[in-house]
Amino acid sequence: MEIDPFIFRLSIFILSIFIGYYVVWSVTPSLHTPLMSVTNAISSVIIVGAIIAALSSNDGVIFSSSSIFGFLAIILAAVNIFGGFLVTQRMLAMYKKKKKEK
Amino acid sequence: MSANFSAILYLISGILFILALRGLSSPETSRQGNLFGIIGMVIAISVTFLSVGNFTSGFVYVLIFLAIGGSVGAFIAYKIPMTAMPELVAGFHSLVGLAAVFVAISAFINPEAFGLGTPGNIKLASLIEMAIGAAVGAITFSGSVIAFLKLQGIMSGAPITFKGQHALNAIILISIIVLTFYLCSTQSSNLFWILIAVSFLIGFLIIIPIGGADMPVVISMLNSYSGWAAAGIGFTLENTALIITGALVGSSGAILSYIMCKGMNRSFFNVILGGFGATEQSVGNKSKEQRPVKSGNADDAAFLMKNASSVIIVPGYGMAVAQAQHALREMVDTLKKNDIKVSYAIHPVAGRMPGHMNVLLAEANVPYDEVFELEEINNDFANADVAFVIGANDVTNPVAKTDPQSPIYGMPVLDVEKCKSVLFVKRSLSPGYAGIDNDLFYKENTLMLFADAKKMTEDITKNL
Repeated sequence: MEIDPFIFRLSIFILSIFIGYYVVWSVTPSLHTPLMSVTNAISSVIIVGAIIAALSSNDGVIFSSSSIFGFLAIILAAVNIFGGFLVTQRMLAMYKKKKKEK
Repeated sequence: MSANFSAILYLISGILFILALRGLSSPETSRQGNLFGIIGMVIAISVTFLSVGNFTSGFVYVLIFLAIGGSVGAFIAYKIPMTAMPELVAGFHSLVGLAAVFVAISAFINPEAFGLGTPGNIKLASLIEMAIGAAVGAITFSGSVIAFLKLQGIMSGAPITFKGQHALNAIILISIIVLTFYLCSTQSSNLFWILIAVSFLIGFLIIIPIGGADMPVVISMLNSYSGWAAAGIGFTLENTALIITGALVGSSGAILSYIMCKGMNRSFFNVILGGFGATEQSVGNKSKEQRPVKSGNADDAAFLMKNASSVIIVPGYGMAVAQAQHALREMVDTLKKNDIKVSYAIHPVAGRMPGHMNVLLAEANVPYDEVFELEEINNDFANADVAFVIGANDVTNPVAKTDPQSPIYGMPVLDVEKCKSVLFVKRSLSPGYAGIDNDLFYKENTLMLFADAKKMTEDITKNL
């Protein structure tokens, strides 16, 4: 009997939850704010769905009811991707170690 | 590009996202981690472009909208002050939520484009996943908008409660499940719209009863929701990158919520059901108003610190409000020149989001190896000469250790009262968010400095 591909995706999902669990516990508490901004940026990988949606209309029509929602989602996700990664970058650049005594 | 090859590339981008989080285990590796995250995102987007393979005029619009959103995001990222980070994160969460809703709507209207069947005859599993993605996305959106408004001060931070609130919420949650069930059996688009509308409503209702100081839990929780929404959509699109990321973000937010709840010694449900500040307010205030306090000025504070050999600084939300972090660092620099040992003590729930204080201190160029967490530093208070409490309150209240009647009893607190002397910068004697009087104000060795945190810190520096 064949296994439904859904089960494979479910396995990936559940294993990823475990990975997330262990990886996030190892994040140092002083970096919890960058953790939130970076998780926010990576969850915008939902843009993948937005792009498919935006290019979903047929017959050369660019703006159909389904593609408009796709384009809107692209804007939202893009704000998040650029904003999220850049603000994380900006924050992380500020974390410095004590300068060695001269 | 073949579907198998793109699936492998999506997997790689998922792994890069795991490495991005892994990098955050120490500040040294964190910047590299962020780079991994960016590469992962670039791969995911490029693969999608190539696998859709439809480089028509629509594609140009995709790039245009991507550029519009990207420039807005970049602009915000460079302009935003570090003190506004909680609002920013809440705002960003709302965007992820809304994007998930939009993708789900698009997939519902035009399932053929996603390979999910035809309108009115969408595969059952896909429909369930879509409904979950849309509902969780909608809750994330409206919840984050309320959190944003509260953090921004546009909406009062006070909890909004009314009779029958919990019953109403319960009814709405049940109705979401019932709606999903009927949606799957009838494929009716009206039900789909109602489901989304009701989910927007419940997100709104869940967040309004939660007070301003519980925001660390709320932001973490919404962070988690945005992950689950992404995972739901990931199942619909059969996309590994989205499933992995959704699971990572979902568990990350859940862990942060847990850490925040533990920092307040409250259960998750207790926070979510809300109304902490509102219901307990009367208990703490009674008959304690008349006790004497010692108050001093910048000169007294400077004198105390100059004669100290070690000082511990306890920052809180008040420091963020007064933007006092730079002034504080300058004060500390002066202290260090006088060979005084200075360290910083951060309570897990100080500020309005996890790690809020650490970011502000980092912004003010405080080296991160001078900043300590509660467990690391709590024993040092007994050996320190001066504790300088700036903008923190409840997290220093010894009542949490002594009075079982107190609403914050059992909450881990910083043992500030063990210091030889305590300097407490505060605008007035008003109690903190929990409405509880702080015993620390009335201790023999406490000197209250009634002033704006920034101004007081600057004045102390002048007097040092």
